[in-house]
Amino acid sequence: MRRIAKLAANPVMIALVASLALAGCASKKNLNSAADLGLGAGAATPGSSQDFTVNVGDRIFFDTDSSSIRADAQQTLARQAQWLNKYGQYRIVVEGHADERGTREYNLALGARRAAATRDYLISKGVAANRLKTISYGKERPVAVCDDISCWSQNRRAVTTLSGAGS
Amino acid sequence: MKKLLSTLMMIGALATGMSAIATLPARALVEIDVNKGTIEPLPIAITDFDGAGLGTEISGIVTADLKRSGLFAPVDHGAFIEKITNPDAAPRFDDWKVINAQALVTGRVSQEPDGRIRAEYRLWDTFAGQQLSGEQFFANGANKRRIGHIIADAIYERLTGEKGYFDTRVVFIDESGAKNARKKRLAIMDQDGANVRYLSNGAAIVLTPRFSPNRQEITYMSYEGGQPQVYLLQLETGQRELVGKFPGMTFAPRFSPDGQKVIMSLMRDDGNSNIFAMDLRSRSTTRLTDSTAIDTSPSYSPDGSQVVFTSDRGGGSGRSQIYVMGADGSNPHRISFGDGVYSTPVWSPRGDLIAFTKQSGGQFQIGVMKTDGSGERILSTGFQQEGPTWAPNGRVLMFFRDSAGGPKLVTIDLTGRNEQQVPTANYASDPAWSPLLE
Repeated sequence: MRRIAKLAANPVMIALVASLALAGCASKKNLNSAADLGLGAGAATPGSSQDFTVNVGDRIFFDTDSSSIRADAQQTLARQAQWLNKYGQYRIVVEGHADERGTREYNLALGARRAAATRDYLISKGVAANRLKTISYGKERPVAVCDDISCWSQNRRAVTTLSGAGS
Repeated sequence: MKKLLSTLMMIGALATGMSAIATLPARALVEIDVNKGTIEPLPIAITDFDGAGLGTEISGIVTADLKRSGLFAPVDHGAFIEKITNPDAAPRFDDWKVINAQALVTGRVSQEPDGRIRAEYRLWDTFAGQQLSGEQFFANGANKRRIGHIIADAIYERLTGEKGYFDTRVVFIDESGAKNARKKRLAIMDQDGANVRYLSNGAAIVLTPRFSPNRQEITYMSYEGGQPQVYLLQLETGQRELVGKFPGMTFAPRFSPDGQKVIMSLMRDDGNSNIFAMDLRSRSTTRLTDSTAIDTSPSYSPDGSQVVFTSDRGGGSGRSQIYVMGADGSNPHRISFGDGVYSTPVWSPRGDLIAFTKQSGGQFQIGVMKTDGSGERILSTGFQQEGPTWAPNGRVLMFFRDSAGGPKLVTIDLTGRNEQQVPTANYASDPAWSPLLE
């Protein structure tokens, strides 16, 4: 954890190191999304984070400028909740994202709203609230990088990321 | 697009004496009225300053600044007739009038025995046949570019009656790498793109840096602690600190005009965002909005009595609009009513206008409106552009425009006519203009 060591060298930041450890791992997991790995369904060990990403689906999508959970997203979140309730060892960070067709600060707020709406839906399906955290990336972390509607719709998303208690 | 045109004002001149020190309060034959706008930029001859390479370098900085302002048209050196051999002596005004140089700048740069640079300039009104101003400056070698900017500001102020903005800096986000793995670094540079210095290493996402009124601190948002939060950075020492411990994300920070407070958004647990002000001395926070809406991008009026901000409280998903409230949160009222989505309001340092980003018809526009929302004018339209910041004289805006792979910084003046890209080595976004240096 080179990054943590570096921050710890700065006295002002020492207090933040503990929380950074969790979040740092969570964002690493996100890099291993299904698309990145090119995995087919069923290739992952049941209960693994790959299983979650590939077989359950780690992300939902939103309409433009909306944080309402769509019907298709409700199905995905119901599957996520079922899986998360079965594998209780994971802590969960829900990332909220926006497409680029909004200004930066507004999109940070919109991503926060999407992450919170997703978290609340998971809680309503029985996932313990104390396992869940949220983070907004606004438009800072697009997965699709063309400049048209097909990309924007993929970037308006909430991604449920896992981190093990000890990882 | 509505264009403001200006005329060159021809008014009576008074004779002035020669002075190497003081700016002389003369009335000039040659002046630019920036309120009327300009039909033609003022032709000005800026000779190479005496003093070998350093003289030419500094007069080159003066030339570039004045040209980029759009208010001046530096005359090509090839047209010059008189070769200035003594910058202290009166030039042959006829030689400059005949090439239509309405103003003339001469100067000299030399090295003092103690190593400092000494720079002098004289500004001449060629048609009145007299000197308008003359000053000299001393600086250490590291500040040589600043001397050029200070002289350009002096000339700009003498001929327009407005403060200049060339001796200023810009904090911004340097962006490199692929769009889906963009490395973002906090950076600072002179307003013309020179002297770039990096203030973060790119390990964490950093966003929206803004200057304190004394230019010695910036506040910005960073993901370095996991939960994105607002930080303060002392530019001289590099010392960083968190602006308060909050349960949720803090973002969209700006200083109050007195530098005592940072105003920002705090995410609530339900995902909505409210506006808070934190007193930097007492560390006490004051909640200014309390709505189940997105309230963000707060910006104080220059007298500190009001705050303009973005909110979607008006209902209808995503219809963000611009609101103004008292600095204590009182009487919030909507001021943007045009056809579109408004955000990123920034109060002019002159107090007269609010700059904003507007999304309309699939385009992003940079515009200004009066503080009551009337008189909206769009200055620039593009596919993806946002985030205006004011030059300290309230005459020029800088913003960022995404095109061809990444964002670049762009300036535009209030006429909407003079648009210039700011040269940066990499992609650049989130610019914030400093107050004038001293």
